[in-house]
Amino acid sequence: MVVFDKPHALTDVPMHYCPGCTHGIIHRLVAEVIDELGIEGRTIGIAPVGCSVLAYNYFNCDMIEAAHGRAPAVATGVKRADPANHVVFTYQGDGDLASIGMAETVHAAARNENITIIFINNAIYGMTGGQMAPTSLPGQVTQTSPYGRDPKLCGYPIKVCEMLSELEGPEYLERVTVNSVKAVKNAKRAIKKAFQNQLDGKGFSLIEVLSACPTNWGMTPQAALKWIDDKMIPYYPLGVYKDRSEGIVK
Amino acid sequence: MADKVLMKGNEAIAEAAIIAGCRHYFGYPITPQTEVAAYMAKKMPKIGGTFLQAESEIAAINMVYGVASAGCRVMTSSSSPGISLKGEGLSYLAGSDLPALVVNVQRGGPGLGGIQPSQSDYFQATRGGGHGDYHMIVLAPASVQEMAELTVKGFELADKYRMTSMILADGTMGQMMEPVALDLAVAPAPAKPWATTGTGMKRAHNIVNSLSLDPEELERLNLARYERYAEVEANETMYEEYRMEDAEICVAAFGIAARVSKNAINEARKEGIKVGLIRPITLWPFPKAPFKKAAGQVKQFLSVELSMGQMIEDVRLATECRVPVTLVNRVGGMIPSPDQVLEAIRKASKNGGND
Repeated sequence: MVVFDKPHALTDVPMHYCPGCTHGIIHRLVAEVIDELGIEGRTIGIAPVGCSVLAYNYFNCDMIEAAHGRAPAVATGVKRADPANHVVFTYQGDGDLASIGMAETVHAAARNENITIIFINNAIYGMTGGQMAPTSLPGQVTQTSPYGRDPKLCGYPIKVCEMLSELEGPEYLERVTVNSVKAVKNAKRAIKKAFQNQLDGKGFSLIEVLSACPTNWGMTPQAALKWIDDKMIPYYPLGVYKDRSEGIVK
Repeated sequence: MADKVLMKGNEAIAEAAIIAGCRHYFGYPITPQTEVAAYMAKKMPKIGGTFLQAESEIAAINMVYGVASAGCRVMTSSSSPGISLKGEGLSYLAGSDLPALVVNVQRGGPGLGGIQPSQSDYFQATRGGGHGDYHMIVLAPASVQEMAELTVKGFELADKYRMTSMILADGTMGQMMEPVALDLAVAPAPAKPWATTGTGMKRAHNIVNSLSLDPEELERLNLARYERYAEVEANETMYEEYRMEDAEICVAAFGIAARVSKNAINEARKEGIKVGLIRPITLWPFPKAPFKKAAGQVKQFLSVELSMGQMIEDVRLATECRVPVTLVNRVGGMIPSPDQVLEAIRKASKNGGND
């Protein structure tokens, strides 16, 4: 009896992610949700520029690689091309979504575009080797903030869920993490709801996932998971920031 | 003959796009092309299409990228500064081999420039507009009728060769009104088995992508793309020759500059000066053959442009500098007058090619 198997919505291509990186877990959660909802054949995923740029190789559904930050605009086009059939998700990191692509993010949310966004917040630019991200914490040492992020010089981190929750447009905004079994199960529930909302025509759903980057944080995988608890969650509290259908606006 | 309707050039583009089967338009307001968006905003909701005012030119071209990935005819329009913003997207469309139609109703530049007509985006259009090795098919209408006809042609060529077609008009073409016949023949879009429309669990997943980390593979993709471009050059070059049979002077001009030049040529002919016109309709591919042929016939070329001299470089390349080429121009939103062109023709006639 098979008790554990690879989701059909994931390909057999070996992933390139570093040891201890949580991209693999989140890919799997998205794929499990696609399987469970039976939507692989009509799902189109949009990959970002960043560590998950090669996500188009890992998902079995049709995939598009977007320019840096432009995934919500590309997703808008794909969705509008066949709104009744296409299920569209973007998978974006913090530099992609909250820095270069902020305008596309905010306006897709404001339009309540009927798409699903999986937002990976690991507080750093991973692929280019660990530069300061729009979500890097005050004091965080990175390649481009070698003395620690000084808000007086480079401003404060952007809290995406909090910011978007001020908009009338979006349907559903939740922040989760994947640094424990319990957290992973909770993240899957949120991701599934974000896809179900799209199937129900409810509109824009964004799940922010606090994610670990041991390589660029300079930590062991275990220490990185703990850093999420100790440093990231206090700054980026978990929870539902908006759920229009449930009447929740934090 | 079909009944004609009086339309602005910008409106003719929009109506022709709908006739061509385009049901998705994304744009951002900018003068002097705003009528395209206004027309689409009225029409698209009534025919089950998409009109969306994007948050920026950058977003608009990426929405185009999304619809094109899904295999539907799609367009955006803008004017010079907005086209610069679309440059990134144009490069990605080329890198992903996606068909789309982009309209540039040019205005004076650089920078914010002005809002009056210009042809100073010729280099940008014919050399690609964004980063990397690529071309767009660049179509230059010289009447409102051609605004409509070349829009249809643009969609057909984009689909046929999986590349972007650009209508390179100027503010005059966008704003002027002329009678248009809209009984346009449209070739149906070809099958697009590469499109990301969902696998339907019946095929391997399609990937629309311009990333290729293996340099050998990326080289192969570039070479294959240029083989396709060679086909376009061989099959799709368009131009008009006017009174060239016995010409000793050849005017090169496109768009509004060609209209002005025809007036000047007709006046010069009355004075006994043997002058004709070659009007490129495709700016890329550039009609090299008629210019090469004319270089063996005429003593002098005049390149009449609303720029500081951009097409003139292609005229010199096509004629291999065998005959002098002189620039006749106005810039910044100014248009050469027939008298200015006539004077240049008279001067060329007296010089006999000794510029």
